Amino acid sequence: MSKHVLRIENLNVSVAGKPILRGVNLVMNHGETHALMGPNGSGKSTLGLAIMGHPHYDVTEGSITLDGEDVLAMEPNVRARAGLFMAFQRPMAIPGVKMADFLRHATTNVRRPDRKEGEELIPMRQFRAELKEKMAQLRMDPEFARRYVNDGFSGGEMKRAEILQLAMLQPKFAILDETDSGLDADAVRLASESIAEIGREKMGLLIITHHDKLLEHNPPKYTHVMLGGRIVETGGYELAEELHSTGYDRIRKAYPDADAANQEMLAEETPAAA
Amino acid sequence: MAIDITETDQIGEINKYNFRTETHGVFKARKGVDREIVGQISEIKQEPSWMRDFRLESLEIFEQKPMPAWGGDLSLDFQDIFYYLKPTSHQGKTWDDVPQEIKDTFDRLGIPEAEKKYLAGVKAQFESEVVYGSLKEELVNQGVIFTDTDTAVREHSELLREYFGKIIPPSDNKFAALNSAVWSGGSFIYVPPGVKIEFPLQAYFRINAESMGQFERTLIIVDEGASVHYVEGCTAPMYTTESLHSAVVEVIVKRNARCRYTTIQNWANNIYNLVTKRAYAYGDATMEWVDGNLGSRLTMKYPAVHMMEPGARGEILSIAFSSAGQHQDAGAKLVHAAPHTTGQIISKSISKNGGRSSYRGLVRVEPGAHHSKNSVVCDALILDPESRSDTYPYIEVCEQDVQIGHEASVSRIGEEQLFYLLSRGLSESEASTMIVNGFIEPLVKELPMEYAVEMNRLIQLQMEGSVG
Repeated sequence: MSKHVLRIENLNVSVAGKPILRGVNLVMNHGETHALMGPNGSGKSTLGLAIMGHPHYDVTEGSITLDGEDVLAMEPNVRARAGLFMAFQRPMAIPGVKMADFLRHATTNVRRPDRKEGEELIPMRQFRAELKEKMAQLRMDPEFARRYVNDGFSGGEMKRAEILQLAMLQPKFAILDETDSGLDADAVRLASESIAEIGREKMGLLIITHHDKLLEHNPPKYTHVMLGGRIVETGGYELAEELHSTGYDRIRKAYPDADAANQEMLAEETPAAA
Repeated sequence: MAIDITETDQIGEINKYNFRTETHGVFKARKGVDREIVGQISEIKQEPSWMRDFRLESLEIFEQKPMPAWGGDLSLDFQDIFYYLKPTSHQGKTWDDVPQEIKDTFDRLGIPEAEKKYLAGVKAQFESEVVYGSLKEELVNQGVIFTDTDTAVREHSELLREYFGKIIPPSDNKFAALNSAVWSGGSFIYVPPGVKIEFPLQAYFRINAESMGQFERTLIIVDEGASVHYVEGCTAPMYTTESLHSAVVEVIVKRNARCRYTTIQNWANNIYNLVTKRAYAYGDATMEWVDGNLGSRLTMKYPAVHMMEPGARGEILSIAFSSAGQHQDAGAKLVHAAPHTTGQIISKSISKNGGRSSYRGLVRVEPGAHHSKNSVVCDALILDPESRSDTYPYIEVCEQDVQIGHEASVSRIGEEQLFYLLSRGLSESEASTMIVNGFIEPLVKELPMEYAVEMNRLIQLQMEGSVG
């Protein structure tokens, strides 16, 4: 098994001039599952979006490397082709574009990072067979492939669509941003089983979550807690369980500066902070 | 008596043709339009005198009518154009003469060799007899008439005369008058009562005809309970040195019948494409125009449906895509001339690189057309700050008990949408193309499959290297 490493060092990120991340350090190895938790405003989604290269997120200091390569120097589509993936909290609708077409383009580009626009896509027959297999594995209705990307999807359907992309693209590192929020218990169970089935030992997983349901089937090796734009504490699975049952009080008390920063960020109501 | 004449025209090309005639007249190919030219056109085609008279009257109307004061920039010199070119004298006479970018486009669109040459005007007709011959036989057996209009004037004169110029009289507008005077080529289709043609009839099925005429005249009559889908045009760029194209299309859809007329055209940048298209739909009949226009220097095109009897339905789906130096002034007209009629317009326009796409539409509900329903959706996508989109909707309602809806939107490619696709490995250009293709999907899904594929590829070509 190849050993990929995603290394984030002293990452500082601002949105519209306002600092959100204030020196995040994180190392993820291939095959590891990390949970990222923290109250609202702590910067969890921001971390994910900064890794993926969203244009609104300015990295003011620090570095991100994937197997030693400078990720910050890569355009978002190059990052995807390098093997980074994020399942978004609120994925965008692309009206008129079928899931299957979209997936075929995405899969081709990620598998052939050097592909130039206009070059051949994965042959239709091969792609269809693969898609069918993956959808069956995830217990998805084949009709789903014909629907327009995220257009008129329920919250659960959007999350399932993100998971399907994860299955098809097989990234080196995947960030799941609150993939369980807005889902009922059955849907969460299904989502978490799906992720486990995709094979989290084949990739590095960063699960951003408030709940522990997703983690039941995907127990993390490390749990990180964010507060005020920094990771303040790291533990094992038991930390996630603790936070889920008793909340963030202990954390807030233990790290008052970070807590103050967090309150500040929430007060400013920066839409990007999550 | 057959006369074989070789004629050298003003620009030094040698044109050769055969024709049969009673007279010893020699056809001089020259620019401009006047009684002599019009008379000669009629003579070459051996038309009955009623058609010749029709042409000459139309010429008079053309000369008297003023130019439209709206639409696009129509600074044309009418006397600087050839109005009639013999079928064998296509422009781009050898394959070598065809511009490289046209050839490249053919390659990118995956068009087979023989078709390329036909489309470039290098061959006079598409040698498709073997493939399409059997289809033609089937049609003949059902009593369907599908031929070019020139032939129909000679062989189906009475049937044609009953309808010709009745839907769009020469007095309708200046360009209809011009077409009525100098028309050549186009399709004539008659579908007998109850006959439903399963496969789309395509312009290039017509053997022995030039499909790319400047002044095509098409007439389609769908008799009671019948149905037909006619497809015209192709996505390959229309390459021609003559810059004025002014077609007229008349369609009659009788009671309980159905007709769909699909056009996908991609014009080169020097073309003025000014078309008058109108259909009359009778009791419980349905008429659908599916109209895709890309390119051209200026296109003015407003497919119309007049719903003449209760239960009639008109639907118009229109896409316009304009790029640098191009102006699409396109739209639709729906006239409710009877009660309990329904109409729908969906217009999608895209402009990039300084192109200009306009929607110009009319919905009219005449007195007595109560309980009519109509909805218009016009969406514009502007891809960069240099480009322009305008909407000119006209709504004239003379009845109380009606439902009229109008929705319009203008958008650009969303940053978040773009980022989402980029985060899946697509390049910016690929992502923009995908979004644009999604934008026109409601129309593309109505096209026959091979056209849909070509349409998507064409959008891709248009979009490449133009992200902004």
